[in-house]
Amino acid sequence: MSVMLDVFASAGLWEAVLRIATPLIFGTLGALLCERAGVLNLGIEGIMTFGAMIAWLTVFGGANLWVGLLAAAACGALFGLLHAGMTVPLGLSQHVTGLGITLLASSLAYYLFRLAVPVQGTPPTIEAFQPVGWAWLEAIPVVGPLLAAQTPPTFLALALVPLLAFVLAATPLGLAIRMTGENPHAAEAQGIDPIATRIGTVVAGSALMALGGAFLTLSAFNSFFPTMVQGRGWVSIALVVFAMWRPWRALLGALLFALFDAYQLRLQAQLGKEVPYQLFLMMPYILSIAALVVMARRARVPQALMQPYRRGER
Amino acid sequence: MRLERRETQSRLMMLTAPLVAILVALMLAGGLIALSGASVPEAFRRIAVGAFGSRLAITETLTRATPLIFTGLAVAVAFRARVWNIGAEGQLYLGAVAAVAVGATNPLGLPPLLLVPVVALAGAAAGAALLLVPVALRIRFAVDEVVTTLLLNFVVLLFVSMMIEGPMKDPLAFGWPASVPVVDAATLPGLVERSRLHAGLILAVVVACVVQFVMSRTVFGLEARATGHNPAAARFAGVSVGATLLKVAALSGGLAGLAGAVEVMGVKGYVTTDLSPGFGYAGIIVAMLANLSPVGVVAAAVFSAAIFVGADSMGRAMSVPSFIADVTVALALLTMLVALLLTTYRIRR
Repeated sequence: MSVMLDVFASAGLWEAVLRIATPLIFGTLGALLCERAGVLNLGIEGIMTFGAMIAWLTVFGGANLWVGLLAAAACGALFGLLHAGMTVPLGLSQHVTGLGITLLASSLAYYLFRLAVPVQGTPPTIEAFQPVGWAWLEAIPVVGPLLAAQTPPTFLALALVPLLAFVLAATPLGLAIRMTGENPHAAEAQGIDPIATRIGTVVAGSALMALGGAFLTLSAFNSFFPTMVQGRGWVSIALVVFAMWRPWRALLGALLFALFDAYQLRLQAQLGKEVPYQLFLMMPYILSIAALVVMARRARVPQALMQPYRRGER
Repeated sequence: MRLERRETQSRLMMLTAPLVAILVALMLAGGLIALSGASVPEAFRRIAVGAFGSRLAITETLTRATPLIFTGLAVAVAFRARVWNIGAEGQLYLGAVAAVAVGATNPLGLPPLLLVPVVALAGAAAGAALLLVPVALRIRFAVDEVVTTLLLNFVVLLFVSMMIEGPMKDPLAFGWPASVPVVDAATLPGLVERSRLHAGLILAVVVACVVQFVMSRTVFGLEARATGHNPAAARFAGVSVGATLLKVAALSGGLAGLAGAVEVMGVKGYVTTDLSPGFGYAGIIVAMLANLSPVGVVAAAVFSAAIFVGADSMGRAMSVPSFIADVTVALALLTMLVALLLTTYRIRR
């Protein structure tokens, strides 16, 4: 028993928590943003996959790591535009269109990756983001060394939380987004264009999702392989409900989830011989479902989520 | 720009819209094939030949279409009632595991005529049970079934991996992770000599007709459609919405579970973690291409299977990655959504 508790005292666990949480923070914030404007974006899993691929390919082609992140964000924005174009002015089912985007984006990612990199024995690698290791940061007790062991995209994800919380809560743009997600007719009466607001928000949110994928290839691993996103997009959709559509709670949810994931990995090392390893790997998905069950009834869903808005129609 | 509902829908348009959509999807795919440097007309010729050009090609396409008919039906009946079952992949695998659990031994010595239905029903029951959980959670706790069914796919695949490395492991598979096979009496007969095509195809087409009848001509079908169309109105009209959703879940999950059982009984004989190359997800596309019509699912499944089988054979011959098949079918889904919209709405400036 004490072995299982000692794990919590190890710095390695908490470093891993931040690392595992990073793609989920990007993904959850991206999905949260879309849903706040009233659009469910189930394209997330594919957009993350495409982001991971294009970021890797850009850097593999000789570009700077930051250019890789930008390329991912740009492609995410394009898929977001496609999703928004089909669901907002055309009012197609957000569920079905989103799944279509996921299938298109992930298969397109595999296809383009295979075109660029023919099959080889071992997948080629890139020089990935390194931990920042700033001395001044390491000097801060407890938290400092944990943060210094992270790569730059993690800081970007952490910075996005207060930024998004501020924009949503305290700016006219945030008000426009929230009104569009709650009641587009009332928003229109206030001089807000719900269609433009939804399109813009989905484009921005999808760019964030792609950054979550890019983190996987530019920071966590240094190569791209199919199915590397492993349901992180769907987990992010679950975390949005857990977060009750609030950015700070999204951070909390992603960290809790990552803590659980990092802990089960270590538990697996301890108990791996007695219990099938698959049981440990199942836990993150089961935990997501459990979190949904606990939070779903208490959560206040944006009222106009998944409702297409058509001018003059009620 | 705004959409305006058409007063009349022309028959001609309803029939041509899907064809135009598929044509557009194929043109876009052609652009991607051109990226690889291959000749586009030659690539399309090879896809067509690979899918329909020989006896073997046709039987492979139909073999591949069989599980897609079942998963397409599973998605179509669910989506009709707005039960967003994205978990057909997981239900398929659980159905396959149940088929092996029941069909690996035959302690009562049942003849094939009895054992095959028993094994098939075991697969259907497992798939149905798997979808009942998320739908019950939706009814009781308002949990969105989209996410729960998706997440359960990952859980089930890990469960399959656990079973084939543990209790169901085949000691004769030389360490290759595969389950024990089902007994001969639990396999479906072949339809064409020297091919993989099996009686599951006939079963799939019969089931599609039955589902068509159930959804369009029975009280249950009416209630399911009413619930999907407008749950509040359905409830007002005296339909028990919760019970209807659970029945739809049982039917949908059962069809997906049947896909897994039939794949085991007809093609593989055992379960591996690559039993399905995404049949559950492709079922979503098949159902949408068919505009959720059960009989239409058969045609959509053959179309998708042809693209997959044809692109596979084209990819082997021309060094175009065979992922182009998934891209084409995903593109067809999106263009089809727009095309169907334009049959009911027109765009006005």
